[in-house]
Amino acid sequence: MREFFAMGGYAAYVWPSYALALIILIGNIIAPMQQRKKIVSDIARKIRRARNEQK
Amino acid sequence: MNVFMRWFHKMGSPRYFYTVAGKMIPWFMTSFVILLLFGLYYGLIMAPPDYQQGESYRIIYIHVPAAWMSMFIYVVMAVSGLISLVWRIKMTEIFVISSATVGASFTFLALVTGSLWGKPMWGTWWVWDARLTSELILFFLYLGIIALHSAIEDKRVAARAISILALVGVVNIPIIHYSVEWWNTLHQPATITKFDKPSMDISMLIPLLLMALSFKLYYGAVVLMRARAELLERDRNTRWVQELIEGDAK
Amino acid sequence: MSTLSLTSAFGLLLKRDLTLAYRRRAELVNPLLFFVLVTAMFPLGIGNDPVLIEKVGPGVVWVAALLSALLSLDAMFRSDYEDGSLEQFMLSAHPVSILVLAKVLAHWMVTGLPLFIAAPLLATMLHIPGNAIPTLMLTLVLGTPVLSLIGSVGVALTVGLRRGGVLLSLLVLPLFVPVLIFATDAVHTAGVGIPTTAQISILSAMLVGSLVLAPPATAASLRISLS
Repeated sequence: MREFFAMGGYAAYVWPSYALALIILIGNIIAPMQQRKKIVSDIARKIRRARNEQK
Repeated sequence: MNVFMRWFHKMGSPRYFYTVAGKMIPWFMTSFVILLLFGLYYGLIMAPPDYQQGESYRIIYIHVPAAWMSMFIYVVMAVSGLISLVWRIKMTEIFVISSATVGASFTFLALVTGSLWGKPMWGTWWVWDARLTSELILFFLYLGIIALHSAIEDKRVAARAISILALVGVVNIPIIHYSVEWWNTLHQPATITKFDKPSMDISMLIPLLLMALSFKLYYGAVVLMRARAELLERDRNTRWVQELIEGDAK
Repeated sequence: MSTLSLTSAFGLLLKRDLTLAYRRRAELVNPLLFFVLVTAMFPLGIGNDPVLIEKVGPGVVWVAALLSALLSLDAMFRSDYEDGSLEQFMLSAHPVSILVLAKVLAHWMVTGLPLFIAAPLLATMLHIPGNAIPTLMLTLVLGTPVLSLIGSVGVALTVGLRRGGVLLSLLVLPLFVPVLIFATDAVHTAGVGIPTTAQISILSAMLVGSLVLAPPATAASLRISLS
């Protein structure tokens, strides 16, 4: 197990590579999700406001 | 052929695309995760260490798929741009900007993991050889596309402007690909070509291909997610969007 | 009603731009001065080591040429955009890409072509060997039009933006890199006496390629920017 983490002495190069990949992969999933949520709530708020003004 | 053309035609309709894409995303995501896990397992645990490079070669399972994606996404982006300019299809316009950030991310990943691999192997973080330089230029091209899109206020104009920019830059892609053949570079030449037997052992090749395929599925999921968001943004005042949001709110 | 032939339209537009530039001829010397000044900065900054200066010479000249081209690019469409004549060109019956070619040619004659006059002076400042000077001038004559042509696409995309200047650099510099690489390689190679047919051929190919491909791209970009 320890050998696995040591990666033959190259751990300082191998694991940051995989970590960066993970960060980038997760980041590019979260960003569009948040973008969509923000747009939906923006539009919903405008609809509510328009409906309130009509009353 | 008729079925395909009808489907393609329907995908041009924003409302249809939004719903269908929403259903496709989970499939892309799950298959991405499954292939990723298999690729990581075979790459990190099952594949033997390299006789020359030891364990450090395992960076290949991130670096090479990321580099392949950086070029693949740019080509998809340029083709979408071309279609959107010639046929004025809104969905292909949206695909250009939807691909830009994830493409830039993969280029960045390829560059950084390349440095992390180069330092123990070649003794240097960076060298100005043909392949690294052209990949760096690719990164700047992506950034330029993102910057131009955000600088133009009218997003329909912005989408067409970046389509042209993407097309202008596509000449860089063959340069990256053939750079190791045309110049004497420090970067190693291609080990995987379409027609020859690859010079890589099969136990190392399989995880590499698994990772590459998983990244492609990831791109499919992410580009659809971003396209849906961009579509909502552009069509925010149309009836189908209003109905959709109201329907969700109830 | 008489209509203008395409050649006459091209010639007229070229003459118009050159005349307009000539009316502000005090400004014409600015890109050239910038070119010379920037080049002169480098030996002052690097220190007085002639061996080092000779090594970086061709690169310095060409980076200065790139920067000078970048600075003067904005003027290509700016005044026409602001007074509305750009829109008039777009409405013309002639293909816009030919009109664009006329404007790019005028721009290059005013900002790019003069640079090669300064080449012998700069070669002296940077200890570039004598046998490389003709090659340096040749690369400038072949390369600066490519910069104007590729740059015109970038200017067309950013002409409508308020702060398009810095963005223009980001868009256009990555596309300039191949010109830089082959031009400096040619000068280095000529300096050691090896024939430069390969590099000059590639530069010429870039020139021909951008002559054909850039004007339509610029025309399309103008159409988009003005829409």
